[in-house]
Amino acid sequence: MKMDIAFGQYCEGNSLLHRLDPRVKIIITILYIVAIFMAKNVFAFALMLAFTVALVIMSRLSVRVILGGLKPIMFIALFTAVINIFFYKGDEPLVAFWVIKIYKEGLINAGLIVLRILMLLTATSMFLTYTTTPIALTDGLEQLLSPLSKIGVPVHDFAMMMTIALRFIPTLIEETEKIMNAQKARGADFSSGGLVKRAKAIVPIIIPLFVSAFRRAGDLATAMECRCYTGGKGRTRMNVLRAGARDFLFTFVIIALGAGVILINIYAPGYSV
Amino acid sequence: MAELELSGVNYIYNKGTPYETHALKDINLKIGGGITGIIGHTGSGKSTLVQMFNGLVKPTSGTVKLDGEDIWEKKDRVREARFKAGLVMQYPEYQLFASTVYEDIAFGPRNMGLSEEEVDKRVRAAAAFSKLPPEAMARSPFDLSGGQKRRVALAGVIAMNPAFLVLDEPAAGLDPGGRRSILGGIKEFGKNSGTSVIIVSHSMEDMASYCDRIIVMASGRVIMDGNCSEVFSRYNELIGVGLDVPQVTRIASALSHRGLDIGRDVYTVGYAAGKLCEMLDGDVK
Ligand SMILES: Nc1ncnc2c1ncn2[C@@H]1O[C@H](COP(=O)(O)OP(=O)(O)OP(=O)(O)O)[C@@H](O)[C@H]1O
Ligand SMILES: [Mg+2]
Repeated sequence: MKMDIAFGQYCEGNSLLHRLDPRVKIIITILYIVAIFMAKNVFAFALMLAFTVALVIMSRLSVRVILGGLKPIMFIALFTAVINIFFYKGDEPLVAFWVIKIYKEGLINAGLIVLRILMLLTATSMFLTYTTTPIALTDGLEQLLSPLSKIGVPVHDFAMMMTIALRFIPTLIEETEKIMNAQKARGADFSSGGLVKRAKAIVPIIIPLFVSAFRRAGDLATAMECRCYTGGKGRTRMNVLRAGARDFLFTFVIIALGAGVILINIYAPGYSV
Repeated sequence: MAELELSGVNYIYNKGTPYETHALKDINLKIGGGITGIIGHTGSGKSTLVQMFNGLVKPTSGTVKLDGEDIWEKKDRVREARFKAGLVMQYPEYQLFASTVYEDIAFGPRNMGLSEEEVDKRVRAAAAFSKLPPEAMARSPFDLSGGQKRRVALAGVIAMNPAFLVLDEPAAGLDPGGRRSILGGIKEFGKNSGTSVIIVSHSMEDMASYCDRIIVMASGRVIMDGNCSEVFSRYNELIGVGLDVPQVTRIASALSHRGLDIGRDVYTVGYAAGKLCEMLDGDVK
């Protein structure tokens, strides 16, 4: 059993995207999502596509990594495409065969929807995972949500829990691999037998994993208390987030993009979704 | 005598990703009989190498043979290899899971499909070999001390009666008394049962006192392979790869510079003490 995690796959780099303020990236991502759902016709899609390609180029990530990241969504995208091709009704069918009628509008519609799904995933992972460390992301989220703490939402504590959880995912995966190897070395077999046998085979992994997770949690709590951690009150930061010129510029570009999409929707004709 | 043979073995972690690590480079080895030590700097590939022996990791290229049979040729061979080359992983105390020590040691033998009677015999023998007191058998492994947990893990592998006993840093993190008792026990076990033992260690002293043959690794390659005197005489090369010779060897060499020559092949404290007594008053104690 090999454990791959695409989740939280940060790619080291120093591109413009990497250096954007995480708070700004969160806001930009939301605006981007709004823009892509507002896009109604081919010209608006062309604008979005141009922007998304520009993002990919700007991030200086390898295209292979990005295409690899799209793999899991491919099935859903194709499924949506097929449904659209067969069930969309237009004026006159291109192909008519038995009960199946395929319309030109259906094809275009399917193409645009697939494009929308792929661009959505590319852009969000570009902003939030490939170029942002999980830690920076939770930091950004904490500060964006900090007004909520005024009405009693423990924002800092949630952010801290999230940071710790993210921090320990790779550790736990590594640990699981080690424990699995140790039990395999004693002849444990995880890949054969019926359901009951397989479920039983997990016991020798789960128990040591839990024991060590609790031990780690205890150790971490002690270590935090030894350094006088008492929650968010009065805590200062080593890396203070400061939005700079490029952050404002980027936000402006995204807003302009949204405005462009709206204008195109209104004034340019074309096939609409 | 069982024999383990690696030819042209390469191993690459995370192949094809930006995190690619070439952990083993063209390893050719033949091991059988006696106690073999594997030594090398942190990250030199020792743990990766020993996981090749029982088929936990599959070589990216090259073959691993146990008794002349390629363990990756057929699917069930790998499982056989697990029992033939019993591996005790680094920090094995974290793999304990059963409700009692007895049950934990019995895990391996039960996986082999042995009868309960045979399992019972092996568990008790293994516990005796690794010096676990009989009254510990009914206790929970989680209530034991670190050193005792390690003995339980060791017994869990010994109970499978492997032809090779492979230990990854069996003495790491133990006090000197614990080290001596675990390593001494392993040496004795190897001698009494005819099992070939392979020990991974950082400690030159341990290597010198317990091993017949030493394999030195550096950045994924085997750079030296021989007995103590062959390996420790290449002092400068060892320093070059971040290793050392036993402290007492350095003392002996410093003494010879100052005119008290007790020879260059001094690797253990006991031997040095004997030699010194002999030279100082001719009275060996
Ligand atoms: N699961 C893994 N995934 C990726 N790389 C790994 C993995 N395990 C080991 N490596 C890499 O392979 C190389 C060899 O590691 P290995 O654990 O074999 O070293 P070692 O000699 O046992 O070190 P130590 O003395 O610290 O135990 C190292 O560069 C390490 O970073
Ligand atoms: Mg190691």
